[in-house]
Amino acid sequence: MSTEINKNISSKVLPSGEDLGGAKQEYNITVYTENQIGLLNRIAIIFTRRKINIDSLNTSPSEIESIHRFNIVINETEDVVRKLARQIEKQVEVLKVYYHTNADIIWQEMALYKVPADIIAEKASVERLLRENGARAVVIRKDYIVFETTGHREETDNLINVLQPFGLIEFVRSARIAIIKDSDGFNRKLREFEKREPGEDVIENEYLNQRDKVFTM
Amino acid sequence: MEVAQQDVLTAPEKQTVTELSGSVALLEALLVEGVDTIFGYPGGAIMPIYDALYDYKEKLNHILVRHEQGGIHAGQGYARSSGKVGVVFATSGPGATNLVTGLADAQIDSTPLVCITGQVFAHLLGTDAFQETDVINITTPVTKWNYQVTDANEIPEAIAKAFYIARTGRPGPVLIDITKNAQIQKFDFKGYTPCNHIRSYRPKPIVRAQFIEQAAQVINEAKKPFILWGQGVLLGSAEQEFKTFVEKSGIPAAWTILGAGAIPTDHPQNVGMLGMHGNYGPNVLTNECDVLIAIGMRFDDRVTGRLDKYAKQAKVIHLDIDPAEIDKNVQTHVAVWGDCKETLPMLTELVEAKQHTEWLAKFDEFTRQEEEAVINAELNPQTGEMTMGEVVEQLNHLTNGDAVIVTDVGQHQMVGCRYAKFNNTRSNITSGGLGTMGFALPAAIGAKFGAQDKTVVAIIGDGGFQMTLQELGTIMQSGVDVKILILNNRFLGMVRQWQELFNERRYSFVDIQSPDFVQVAKGYGIAGKCIKERDELQSSLKEMLDHKGSFLLEVFVTKENNVFPMVPQGCSVSEIRLK
Repeated sequence: MSTEINKNISSKVLPSGEDLGGAKQEYNITVYTENQIGLLNRIAIIFTRRKINIDSLNTSPSEIESIHRFNIVINETEDVVRKLARQIEKQVEVLKVYYHTNADIIWQEMALYKVPADIIAEKASVERLLRENGARAVVIRKDYIVFETTGHREETDNLINVLQPFGLIEFVRSARIAIIKDSDGFNRKLREFEKREPGEDVIENEYLNQRDKVFTM
Repeated sequence: MEVAQQDVLTAPEKQTVTELSGSVALLEALLVEGVDTIFGYPGGAIMPIYDALYDYKEKLNHILVRHEQGGIHAGQGYARSSGKVGVVFATSGPGATNLVTGLADAQIDSTPLVCITGQVFAHLLGTDAFQETDVINITTPVTKWNYQVTDANEIPEAIAKAFYIARTGRPGPVLIDITKNAQIQKFDFKGYTPCNHIRSYRPKPIVRAQFIEQAAQVINEAKKPFILWGQGVLLGSAEQEFKTFVEKSGIPAAWTILGAGAIPTDHPQNVGMLGMHGNYGPNVLTNECDVLIAIGMRFDDRVTGRLDKYAKQAKVIHLDIDPAEIDKNVQTHVAVWGDCKETLPMLTELVEAKQHTEWLAKFDEFTRQEEEAVINAELNPQTGEMTMGEVVEQLNHLTNGDAVIVTDVGQHQMVGCRYAKFNNTRSNITSGGLGTMGFALPAAIGAKFGAQDKTVVAIIGDGGFQMTLQELGTIMQSGVDVKILILNNRFLGMVRQWQELFNERRYSFVDIQSPDFVQVAKGYGIAGKCIKERDELQSSLKEMLDHKGSFLLEVFVTKENNVFPMVPQGCSVSEIRLK
């Protein structure tokens, strides 16, 4: 899809009858949006309506405060993904949508592992295993240590298996975030866009904590 | 645009000319947006707006409906007949949930609406307060955009965006949910400026000349091109541009039910209706044309039948304002994105003036076959009982194709769309995409308010009429002039037809009983008549049309008549059945 950060999409010409279906595979859908309440739901229901499972969903501010970036991972055919992308892009508060296969992106997931401190202290093999798996300690306490690693699913999964015998207490994994290999000029265009048309502030409900002060009927 | 000073001064709050309540600001915004009619139903959470409305009665004509579903269908009818944005008020909780069917209907049929719902006080949100429902989340799938206002300061911008989004690009319904505190709250009102730009919203894709050129080249090389047009032509107000394109290119053109009326029924190149119960020729020849030119239509499944057997031999050119519609159902060869009011003249300029005489004549052959097998028996039956088709045909004679026809959903809808004569645009109003039974009566009320100079006839089945007949009360109170034509076959006819054809006549719960509709109408002070004999038909229709004010005419028609032609489920358009 076009790499312009706007919705001025150009038309296309396709040979008649070209098969656009193909096999199911993992697709990463990148969505740039306004920061507005309710938009997460508006995007999510595009998938739920079609009974498509979202394998991973990350949403966070981009380098521009008013523009958020979603990374959505689903397992589908390209034909379905293309239609989904267009339906998402159609939403009023969506700026731009891209979709890519895993081959087109660099992606990472972060994982945290909480393990008992005494076992780690006693068994040097654990330390070695952690090093081999690229883990680093983020919190060290007397009773437990929290390690962190980033990588692909199989890498973070692998460390679970490694730590399981040593009394793994808790594990958490983040959603996937991805950088698009062919994303020349994204940052520049985003900044130019924001400069040209600054975003609006999100307006939240200011009254939720005033319940006892308001008389209503 | 600044609000006129005198408008501000008529507001009940007069501390200063700029200190207004959220409610008054809302009404001022509606006036600037050119709103003249509102369909609504008051309730606790929208009371401040209604209180403000009390002082705006001269400027804003509020029609009190009998149910919020009636309100929103009336808003749809108003929008469809006038081309303006329909405005609907409802209260929170059940008032708002009653709008959902109409929102879904408007979303799928691209009808511009702005619905204002009252909501509980902002500090009560999420507490399961009395009449609180999560309207924003309930309506997200069935709105083009929605927004919750919790502070009066948000109102001007929210309303401006609502109207802009509802009416631009591919139109649709927008809902603004306003908490009661925001309706009451006074704020420094700096005037109302309509919106004409939202940075993340592009109503129209950029038109690219190269695709117009490619489309023109394909059309110019075509031997048997075929135009399919839909409501996009009406929504883009491109009727004239479309007619010019059709006439210069000489290409036969067929319509979806929402596109009917863009060019008159009797235009020599209008070859009829597409789809499941459409005309024989347009369906069969879809699979014989070499170029298919789709204009402002979305290849709905009721139009295409089996997709894997749909127009596979043809190069498809698709003109649409909504990029998401391109390749959604049918693969295009050339996609022309844009507003057809802009793209059609560009295309017209590049297409060669031709007359596809032989190709057009082929449609005539199919018309003759359809007349022989279906139409003659439907319009001139030799049986004792009346058919729906002959009633519509008699109506054509009396209205001369100039009435606005509003149909409900079912067999009578298909018969109405097939046989009604449409001389004018925006004169066929029906629930196409959603197929909402109960649509016609309230939509006809709205349609009349949107087209005061037109005769509005609601054609309704005995089933659909019983879904929203409480709106007879709206007719009674507003005095609106709507002609109600009930085609009573004592069945839920379309389901019965399917049960006959596909379920071995196992008529499961379709033999619906009805009250004496004439007596019901009488209870509401509406004149009426019920006829069962053919020799009363013409005079009774005339009586209905000549009557000053609303009139209900119930016509008993054949119980077990089927609508043909028909593309059965799972069949291709060329497998259309004549019987």
